[in-house]
Amino acid sequence: MRYLALLALCLAPLIAKAQDWEDQKMFGAENADTILRILSSTDTSFFAPIIDDFIAANPAVSVEYLVTGTADLNKIFRETPDDFDVVISSAMDLQLKLANDGFAARLLDVSHPDWAQWHDSLFAFTSEPAAIVVNRSALGDLPIPNTRQDLIQLMRDNPDRFQSKVGTYDVRQSGLGYLFATQDARASETFWRLTEVMGRINARLYCCSGQMIDDLISGELIMAYNVLGSYAQVRAQASNDILVILPSEFPTTMMRTVLASSTASDPLVAEDFVRHLLTLQAVGDPARFPLPPLSATEANEGQTTIALNPALMTYLDQMKRAAFIREWEDAIVQDE
Amino acid sequence: MTDDVNVSGSLRNRLALILTGGAAVLAAILFVVVRALATQVAQQGQDNILNASMSSILDTAIIRDGSVTLDFPYSSLSMLGTTADDRVFYAVYENGSLLSGYDTLQSPTAPTPDQTEFTSTTFNGDPIRMATGMRTLIGADGPRTVSVSIAQTQDALSDTLNTISRNVALIGLGFFVLSSALALWAASSTSGQLHRLTRSVTRRGPQDLSPVTKAVPSEMGPLVGSLNTFMSRLDHTLTQSEDFIAEAAHRIRTPLATVRSHAEATLQRVEHADNRAALQSMVRAIDESSRAAGQLLDHAMVTFRAENLETEDVDLVELLRELVQRMTPVADMKDITLTLKSDSPAVLSGDAILLQNALRNLIDNALKYAPAETAVVIDVSATPTVNISVLDGGPGFAPDEIATLSGRFVRGKDTGNKVGSGLGLTIAKEVTTAHGGTMSLHNRPEGGACVTLHF
Repeated sequence: MRYLALLALCLAPLIAKAQDWEDQKMFGAENADTILRILSSTDTSFFAPIIDDFIAANPAVSVEYLVTGTADLNKIFRETPDDFDVVISSAMDLQLKLANDGFAARLLDVSHPDWAQWHDSLFAFTSEPAAIVVNRSALGDLPIPNTRQDLIQLMRDNPDRFQSKVGTYDVRQSGLGYLFATQDARASETFWRLTEVMGRINARLYCCSGQMIDDLISGELIMAYNVLGSYAQVRAQASNDILVILPSEFPTTMMRTVLASSTASDPLVAEDFVRHLLTLQAVGDPARFPLPPLSATEANEGQTTIALNPALMTYLDQMKRAAFIREWEDAIVQDE
Repeated sequence: MTDDVNVSGSLRNRLALILTGGAAVLAAILFVVVRALATQVAQQGQDNILNASMSSILDTAIIRDGSVTLDFPYSSLSMLGTTADDRVFYAVYENGSLLSGYDTLQSPTAPTPDQTEFTSTTFNGDPIRMATGMRTLIGADGPRTVSVSIAQTQDALSDTLNTISRNVALIGLGFFVLSSALALWAASSTSGQLHRLTRSVTRRGPQDLSPVTKAVPSEMGPLVGSLNTFMSRLDHTLTQSEDFIAEAAHRIRTPLATVRSHAEATLQRVEHADNRAALQSMVRAIDESSRAAGQLLDHAMVTFRAENLETEDVDLVELLRELVQRMTPVADMKDITLTLKSDSPAVLSGDAILLQNALRNLIDNALKYAPAETAVVIDVSATPTVNISVLDGGPGFAPDEIATLSGRFVRGKDTGNKVGSGLGLTIAKEVTTAHGGTMSLHNRPEGGACVTLHF
């Protein structure tokens, strides 16, 4: 049995290699006793300090950090839950469904705010609003949009300027994009008008925040809607052109969540990692925890933080999802 | 006393046991009933929410472009949020084939229209509560049935039930403790009545056979009634037998005196030594009988007077002086010096006749057992309390008999041929007791017996 497990452990990276990862990095000693495999949608740069800190406290553990998109991540983990110990994703709905379906281990007595955890198994550790990101120089003399309404007006008034110059998530590919879109649609009819306008100017669709921001910096995009503010903020510091705007009427705020797999190869190490992560979040030292920590209050300054609630599964319903995607496609994909 | 009584169990314990046992049973019943009710109410609450959620999903079922679609609101699932973050599962079936949701979740019973089916089952090993409803939609190609099952784990429910159970258990325990305290109080107050009766009977003097007049609870009425009847019967019997003894003694004494005088007269006339000896022993026997009869009479008198004690101030010194005077001839006959030692008058409230009788018996005894050429001293002291000691120079009491000598008809073993009935000390003791005093017997260190009356 032990040899089988060892074999599986040796083969696991090989199988995983077959997967097309966005990023893949080993932390810690090569010959460590335990390898903690983290499946994540968060860029490695944000998590490297956190993992280093964890390894410093647990030298016997090495960490393999695997990055992929939220929808992909959900699919991979559902297919091979035994291969991964910890799952980190920004798609709260998919994560909640994983926990609901019993993929997450229950960690008891974790001191964490009640609204930031679900069923003692899914723990939120960041508060990140969806933002409008603008390349200031590409925008030129046009006014900077502060609300979704401004955005609609701007695109309607200057269709030629913005032709193929606006980016947003492809909700069919991105779990986070789908979450933002459904929450937007739930909150206001503006979303559908905005989507329609974006469709009319032939908006470009992205799978991930990173690429969208890359194209913004290069000037290929003038604006991007529903980009992760946290990612954009980091890039904005490097480039003066980038401006991150939180829609002033209602910024949709997402919480990044972590769960320990119920079939983790070493449940205690997985649990330790989750606890360590939550502790770092609570301390909030930017050097050790470069992500935006949880807002002090649940609804901070009118920000609508998406609640961890079984209702998140509503739009994951096969029929609901099919209907939503159809409607979204009708609005945005105009040339097909 | 109770050592001789055949005791089985205790009324108080039995009462307390029944009451506390009853309280425990009631507390247990309370716990079970309230918990069952709470379970029902809590389950009802969960069922209501599940039903609302299920209905809100089922209501959105429509036929669009020839196929059944459901566009259920966000609230359908958000209303299922609980404090314990219960997990939620649902499934939508059309004519038995899954449209949406969890394919492994299926209602065990076929749903009926317009009626929600509630079932408790398990899903992936977790206990769940499931609500299933059904609707029939009429499409172009005929009727189509849509059924929606919505299920929720029962963590919040069991949390609630645990809280309720804990509280009810505490209430039950409090109820039990309170009832037990009340039970113990009731039991001891009930047995307290019995104790009071027992005490009032125990506290009585040995001669007191008067009926119990204290108020008693009605349940004890018959017992006290029979006790009173029994005591009055006993009293009657005792009085009768005392009367009989007195009468008998009296009737014997008179003829005995006649017989004695005849014997004395005959003795004067008889010359023959054998006959004289026979007559002399006859006179002795008559004396002994006469004395016994006298003492029996005395005893009867003492018993009667002690029961109906009439008191007046009696100077014991005066009384003793008379006695000494009267008995000095008897002492002289035996060459015994009889002296009374007193420093002051010793006044006692009591019955002079009884006291005189008692003291005479003591002096009589002393004179009887003291050898010739000795002294019998009567020592009276009045402070702090009245004490009378009669001391003699005789052989003293046998140490092992001191405790029993004052009983009726008890005589010392080495009394030899002394005339006695065994009632002298009894009379002295009963008189002393009737006057609230005690009598003690002991031997003097320098030899001789000492009887002391302490009043």
